Amino acid sequence: MTREELTAFVTEQVPEMKTGPCKEFPELIVPADKIHALANTLKEHPATKMDYLFCLTAVDRKDGLHVVYHLTSSVHGHSAMLRVILPEKANAVVSTVSYVWKAAEFYEREVFDLFGIRFENHPDLRRIFLDDDWVGFPLRKDYKDTFTLER
Amino acid sequence: MEETLVDIDLKEKEEYIINIGPQHPSTHGVLRLETCLQGEKVKYIIPHCGYIHRGIEKMSEKLTYPQLLHLTDRMDYLSAHMNNEAVALCVEKAMEVEVSDRVKYIRTILAELSRIASHQLWWAAFGMDLGALTTFFYGMRDREKILDIFEETTGSRLIQSFITPGGLMNDVHPKFQKRVKEFIQYFRKKLPEYDELLTGNVIFRERTQGIGVLSKEVAIDYGVTGPSGRGSGFHCDIRKIAPYSAYPLVKFNEITYTEGDTYHRYLVRMNEMWESLSIIEQLVDNVPQGDIMLTLKAIKAPKGDYYQRVETARGELGVYIVSDGGPSPARIKYRSPNFSNLFVLNKISAGHKIADLVAISGSLDLVIPDIDR
Amino acid sequence: MYDFTPLIDSITTYLNGKFSPLWAGVISMLLLGIVILLFYAVIGLYLVYAERKICARMQNRIGPNRVGPMGLFQTIADLIKLLLKELIYIRNADGFLFNIAPFIVIVASIMAIGSIPFAKGLQAIDLNIGVLYILAISSMGVIGILIAGWGSNSKYSVIGAMRSGAQIISYELSVGLALLCIIIYAGSMQLSEIIESQKDGWWIFKGHIPALIAFVIYLIAGTAETNRGPFDLAEAESELTAGFHTEYSGIKFAFFFLAEYMNMFIIASIATTLFLGGWLPFHLFNWDGFNKVMDFIPPVFWFFGKTAFVIYLMMWFKWTFPRLRIDQLLTLEWKYLLPINLMNLVLIAFLTLMQWHF
Repeated sequence: MTREELTAFVTEQVPEMKTGPCKEFPELIVPADKIHALANTLKEHPATKMDYLFCLTAVDRKDGLHVVYHLTSSVHGHSAMLRVILPEKANAVVSTVSYVWKAAEFYEREVFDLFGIRFENHPDLRRIFLDDDWVGFPLRKDYKDTFTLER
Repeated sequence: MEETLVDIDLKEKEEYIINIGPQHPSTHGVLRLETCLQGEKVKYIIPHCGYIHRGIEKMSEKLTYPQLLHLTDRMDYLSAHMNNEAVALCVEKAMEVEVSDRVKYIRTILAELSRIASHQLWWAAFGMDLGALTTFFYGMRDREKILDIFEETTGSRLIQSFITPGGLMNDVHPKFQKRVKEFIQYFRKKLPEYDELLTGNVIFRERTQGIGVLSKEVAIDYGVTGPSGRGSGFHCDIRKIAPYSAYPLVKFNEITYTEGDTYHRYLVRMNEMWESLSIIEQLVDNVPQGDIMLTLKAIKAPKGDYYQRVETARGELGVYIVSDGGPSPARIKYRSPNFSNLFVLNKISAGHKIADLVAISGSLDLVIPDIDR
Repeated sequence: MYDFTPLIDSITTYLNGKFSPLWAGVISMLLLGIVILLFYAVIGLYLVYAERKICARMQNRIGPNRVGPMGLFQTIADLIKLLLKELIYIRNADGFLFNIAPFIVIVASIMAIGSIPFAKGLQAIDLNIGVLYILAISSMGVIGILIAGWGSNSKYSVIGAMRSGAQIISYELSVGLALLCIIIYAGSMQLSEIIESQKDGWWIFKGHIPALIAFVIYLIAGTAETNRGPFDLAEAESELTAGFHTEYSGIKFAFFFLAEYMNMFIIASIATTLFLGGWLPFHLFNWDGFNKVMDFIPPVFWFFGKTAFVIYLMMWFKWTFPRLRIDQLLTLEWKYLLPINLMNLVLIAFLTLMQWHF
């Protein structure tokens, strides 16, 4: 599918979708409550068949925490970038996609560990790198820890 | 939906939990595998990583792009050139500049040499884990030749930081071409010895064939890339899907098998060494003259999101830079191949014996600092 | 040929003349004990050195060459280090069993050395059931290993000991049957008689193909018996630290270590005695000239030379092959070696009956 076809396909599924400025992949900004259904469709639908999630991460921006998904299809070869914006930083929750792509189970644990975004229905949401009793979420911009951070 | 691993109460009798690692001769790095065994059989494995989490992504937010390059070598240190190349290419993509052909050729030659060195060390350690202790010395002896080439050109053996955004740190040594050609002649004679020692051995085949079968669907689902994924039939070689540097100019095969067991993951890496030798041969005689470094006023990526995928020795490394237009990234994320490769260990070793666990984790070729970053 | 019998007889007569029979007996046993212990220690030390040098050469390096000329005193330095190490006592370990295990292993192996013929007359005891005695005594080593694993009170040790026990007990069958092949040829279990029967040629040549098969099976089973080579799963470093001797330190560890090398020596010397003619020189047909030259070399050198050759074979394939997994090991024994062995045995019995060997 080309960029336009993909954008059109997703707009059909999620009318509230907006496009972003990324030049390399079609950037599709979807609301948080629609991500699970969209992920399922993108994986299962024969025209898109996006079965390979190669990156799931989060970015701390001024307008909230963004969860960014990079997908590609091993069958068709097209790629896409999905973005979910969570404006409430203190209580950022989004549905998990680990039942769609198993790799997401571990990427989401890393995002939870470093950003504090909770994933609903995740099978095993706990910290992965830091100790279980660590306080705070280091990769947020407002993280203060004079003991471990140098500058 | 699969059974989760949170509930670690021992369900049946005769089950016991042992910890393999964090210090153990055969986990290559600090990784703790909490293994639940029933007799000799593995019931499940819970990997605990994070022992070498250094916060590279957080540190990079305060460093400029040429500075944060030095941290990338220390992730998957066996493919250091390829890590540097990934960041360099991402920044160049963001700034929309293109390096000269000379730089592209040299970057690819260094990356392929790094790939061979990494596979040599993997072979050395794999044989040693299985009990053929001599393979360690043969693999290391031949790897020293590549490390000598690196040391002569870049000044350092393992962690070079040679490929930077805009080009290379310095030009290559005048004898670089000659040494690389000598190495290719030498190694072409040595690789068949590796096959004689290990590949054809009956004991080795018994220990690796049919062990740790990873099917293609599971590989794609877990995101297992690199030789581990290609051994299962997943065509994931970024050098073919989205070529970069000098890869569009060379002819080479993507090695894939469909069986997905330890033996075929082993064969993928052995054959990749042959392919890398052929790539270097195609490039080393024709390196064009040109500039080593672009003259850039300042290395600042414009506002936006940029993603670069690169094929390291272990799989697909992704560099995702979110930039606000300054000299430092607002967020840099490294999609590391070993992180995805690790978690498939539980799925493929359930039901095998503990001796097989060593063979399987050796064939997945994990480098732990890359998992933890 | 050189003969040690007059020497031994003269010492015995001297002692009998000087002391009462009881004291003469005690003193001769003491002397014998000291000689054997010295021999054991020295051979053990130099076997370790030989292994390190041989494996180094195969691995493209040199091996010990600093301590003493050509590194000859390296093992002595290691021994002193081990003697000076702290003996770690484990809480909750069965103290008696933990301490006695290394002794059982060492005693079993020293007792087996006693019956090996090094030259004509140079044999501590020449039982008429010689081979049976050696097999029985080496089996005692298994008890030591199992006790070591159990007494260490550690999961790793128990797993290692169980694996090792299963392995040794299985391969004892193959060792016994392979030796039985030669016993049928030679017609006797007494070691000196077996050597006498090889005067006109070593059994490995006289017995042609079946004896060769028996030799190969014996070598494989013998390495498995001593937990060496491709069968060293019990102490596989990369899997379960060090198996049954994980918790031992200092001199107790040295005992296990030494016993392993001496067991290898015993297996090699049994192979030499039964298959390769013991201390007999290498005679080719009736070439008198050649034979006289061969006779000139003392039998002790022949014996140690042949044993060294077999030991070199064992070391060679330890450093080349990967390890077998425990179930593959046991499959090899029960499904392959044992049937081949039994068929070989029947074949040899048939051949002996028909006198179809040389």
